[in-house]
Amino acid sequence: MKQVVSILLVVALGVFVFLALYTGDHSPLQFTPYGEADLSTRVSQRFVDKTVTLGMGEAETAPDAQAEADAPAFEAMPALVVYGETRDAETGSANMVTSIVVNYRSFDTLGEVTVLFIAAFGVGLLLSGKRKRQQPAYEPSFILKHGARIVFGIMVVFGVYVFIHGHLTPGGGFPGGSIIAAAILLLYIADNEFQAKVKTFKILEGVAGSLYVIAGLLGLVIGGYFLQNFLPTGVVGDLVSAGVIPIVYILIGLKVGSELTGVIAGFATEEEAE
Amino acid sequence: MIQYVSIALMLVGIYGLLTQKNVIKLIVSLNIFEVGINVFIISVGYVSGGIAPILTSQNNTSALLYVDPLPQALVLTSIVIGVGVTALALAFARRMHKQYGTYNLDEMEGE
Repeated sequence: MKQVVSILLVVALGVFVFLALYTGDHSPLQFTPYGEADLSTRVSQRFVDKTVTLGMGEAETAPDAQAEADAPAFEAMPALVVYGETRDAETGSANMVTSIVVNYRSFDTLGEVTVLFIAAFGVGLLLSGKRKRQQPAYEPSFILKHGARIVFGIMVVFGVYVFIHGHLTPGGGFPGGSIIAAAILLLYIADNEFQAKVKTFKILEGVAGSLYVIAGLLGLVIGGYFLQNFLPTGVVGDLVSAGVIPIVYILIGLKVGSELTGVIAGFATEEEAE
Repeated sequence: MIQYVSIALMLVGIYGLLTQKNVIKLIVSLNIFEVGINVFIISVGYVSGGIAPILTSQNNTSALLYVDPLPQALVLTSIVIGVGVTALALAFARRMHKQYGTYNLDEMEGE
């Protein structure tokens, strides 16, 4: 009976969502069909062209409303961003998603990292107390234990590579941190004695988070806005480019890696029986 | 097509949340729901024939046809929040199991 009611409710909801999205041909709110999105009618075009603050600056300097109406700033043809040539672009990141996450919407990312911190803190609080290592059902062999240590090194190096190159290639601080946490999880699974030094990771996490806020405050002091990019952005596509983005992404990578390690350590231990 | 699939995934997740009694299954339903929404948001920004929004030495100018980078950035945030929520929910589930000896909501009884 309950299942039938649930199915009816879900189907009704599905029909409602479908109708809301895909009908009303003449409405300005009509939903774009799959694959037919037109970037030039969206704000996203500005993220691709790296011209987000261009219009705003001109609007501020326009002497009167008439001049503004004559030359809407965003209709000006933006300069082409070319890989390896463009210097001192608004944000020097070749990866546009990174430029949004860590430059234009960096404040949002700071909040996101805070949410992750609170979640990890909650896990630590719920799974606290005097803890010992959970014993797996199997006894790991010599080959498994030592092979896992070799793979561990490779995984950590790969994670560091992913978050250092976050502004050039797919990836960034969050995937890089997750890869490092996965390396620690591998050691937990392959070695029944292993225990991460959770306290060290907590200190690392706190330092990385504080440095992120300090980078934001430096932007406030030097650039005038919180988390403003205050370093030269360099040539698009260079490793040392994009100003503050690589620094912030390295901090995020360290912070996410140590937070997830704390979560894994919480789940891999059990409370000691009194 | 993929938009219908993602709406269907959302509905499967809601159905699971409505009917299941097992805490772990509830968390799995929550994750299915979340995956559906994430796929939907990504699909909103898809442009036919578009390439990933990253400048490389091959695709080296901003004049090429790129997919929308903004939904991807938002979904990155959403995935990370999802990881945090799942971790916290699993910690709660483990605590409940320790207290009541079961994951089933019906079998849990007050002291």
